[in-house]
Amino acid sequence: MSRALHVLACGPGLTVQDGGRPGRMAEGLSQGGALDRLALAEGAALLNQPPRTAALEMMLAGASFRAQGALRLAVTGATMTLTVDGVTLPGYTAHAVPDGATIVLGPARAGCAGYLHVDGGIDTAPLLGSRSVHTAAGLGAALAPGDVLPLGPAVPGPVDVMLRPDNRLGGGTLRVLPTYQSALFPAEEHERFAQTDFQRDPRGNRQGLRMTPSGAGFGSAAGLTVLSDVIVPGDVQVTGDGAPYVLMADCQTTGGYPRIATVLPCDMPRAAQAAPGATLRFAFVTLEQAVAAELAFRRHMASLPRQVTPRLRAPHDIADLLGYQLISGAVTGFEET
Amino acid sequence: MTITAQFPQISHAGVNGLVVRFGDRLSDPANRAALAFRAAAEAAAWPGVEETVSTLASVYLRFDPVVAAYAALSAQVGRLLDAEDWYAAPLPHGRRLWRVPTVYGGSHGPQLEEAAAEAGLSAEAAVAMLSTSQVRVQTIGFAPGLPYLGPLPEVWDIPRQTGLTARVPAGALLVAIRQFVLFPVPTPTGWRHIAMTALPLFRPDQTPCVLLRAGDEVLFPSVPAADWPDLQADPQGGATCEALA
Repeated sequence: MSRALHVLACGPGLTVQDGGRPGRMAEGLSQGGALDRLALAEGAALLNQPPRTAALEMMLAGASFRAQGALRLAVTGATMTLTVDGVTLPGYTAHAVPDGATIVLGPARAGCAGYLHVDGGIDTAPLLGSRSVHTAAGLGAALAPGDVLPLGPAVPGPVDVMLRPDNRLGGGTLRVLPTYQSALFPAEEHERFAQTDFQRDPRGNRQGLRMTPSGAGFGSAAGLTVLSDVIVPGDVQVTGDGAPYVLMADCQTTGGYPRIATVLPCDMPRAAQAAPGATLRFAFVTLEQAVAAELAFRRHMASLPRQVTPRLRAPHDIADLLGYQLISGAVTGFEET
Repeated sequence: MTITAQFPQISHAGVNGLVVRFGDRLSDPANRAALAFRAAAEAAAWPGVEETVSTLASVYLRFDPVVAAYAALSAQVGRLLDAEDWYAAPLPHGRRLWRVPTVYGGSHGPQLEEAAAEAGLSAEAAVAMLSTSQVRVQTIGFAPGLPYLGPLPEVWDIPRQTGLTARVPAGALLVAIRQFVLFPVPTPTGWRHIAMTALPLFRPDQTPCVLLRAGDEVLFPSVPAADWPDLQADPQGGATCEALA
């Protein structure tokens, strides 16, 4: 029987995501794909597979699954408690899971978007070159209990290897560039924008996240008469009531609300992981600084496979300690086999 | 940069994007310029440029900032802009003329009377005008396959309604501000719903997945409501297509 994951329970935001569909804006289709593309690459590195392998994205709520066939898995992005057959296992670690195991992920304790990666990837039928669900475009749908997800052919790789997660789960500063519409806002509004604390509002989805300013809202002189123009993920759009939205992977491709700034792509994982209530700020950078940050981010993404290291475990953390052969050759019990 | 500065105007749009704007309001010359310049930018195939898009009055280039620096790319774009009067440039080749059978009014277009009144026309005169107006796909955007079409005759410079219609069905033809829009999926909208087509605008399982392209021209001839089942049964919604010279 081929390998699969059976969805036993889930929240409303469980979707299959990979790198999305770049290059289709002229057809009105935004790129989509994992909101936290760093988390997508981290999971792939842990499981020794290509960086855009399709995984499961969970928004705030956890989910539970049954494994059909033996597999390796890893959880990245938001901090979600992972248990396999009742045993709690660490995130950012590759684990071996036996056929029939029950895999449970708790709600996000930090961050927003959690990712469950399986070796071989989620093997649903690609549409327009991607497995990413893009509900706003009518491509696929969120998953529901009872759904069965086929998996790709098993990929060999180590287990009990880990990556150190970087610290992007608690809000913080998003670096932004001015956009071609920034001049629609008076200069003092730019300054105030960069000095204001924003709270991630509960209103948010894969198209955009609403940010509630700690002070007054923002207004542009042009008001609502702006000609519809191109939109890219990261754009900070100010709607009628003055609260900005950070537009996310599934955003529309054009829009008529003025945009005061655009978040650097390398800071979008931090935006995606800001849970409702998290505090965010925006800091303007120059184009040169933005290019340097993009290069550093790409170097970091490319280095992920080399950063995967064996997990050192203390004996009391090993649930199946009795199953280990402790007195044999040079094995001390503190080493990895 | 101010909104009264001269056009065309080159700006960056994020770390990996460049926008050329031909105006800050919709005009036919600005839209034609965007269509023509996008075709020229696509043909130029500048290294590092990964995607080109034309919108109502602008062209967007997405590029890889590792391969192309913005300063160098914007200089290349500037030279191409200077090479021609893009506002007077001929429209690109490869465009098509579509004839899309359309059922106006009644339950297929519940706001026809209201839209006609806004334009100062009777419903019959409105249909006579709209069904013979050859319009251009000014851009595809917002949602997959969604065309903005125009320009319609000046009497159709009518505002959007202040409220929202909760839901219009896929294939609905709507009008405002001298433009038609056609919705590929059921959508809430502020535009007025005047007719139905059975045009399959977005078919993700087919190649190409999007039926219309920016620059195509379209006629929406009026057909009787009795034809609606036949249009729905046809995979192209009864539409025909021919190459434009």
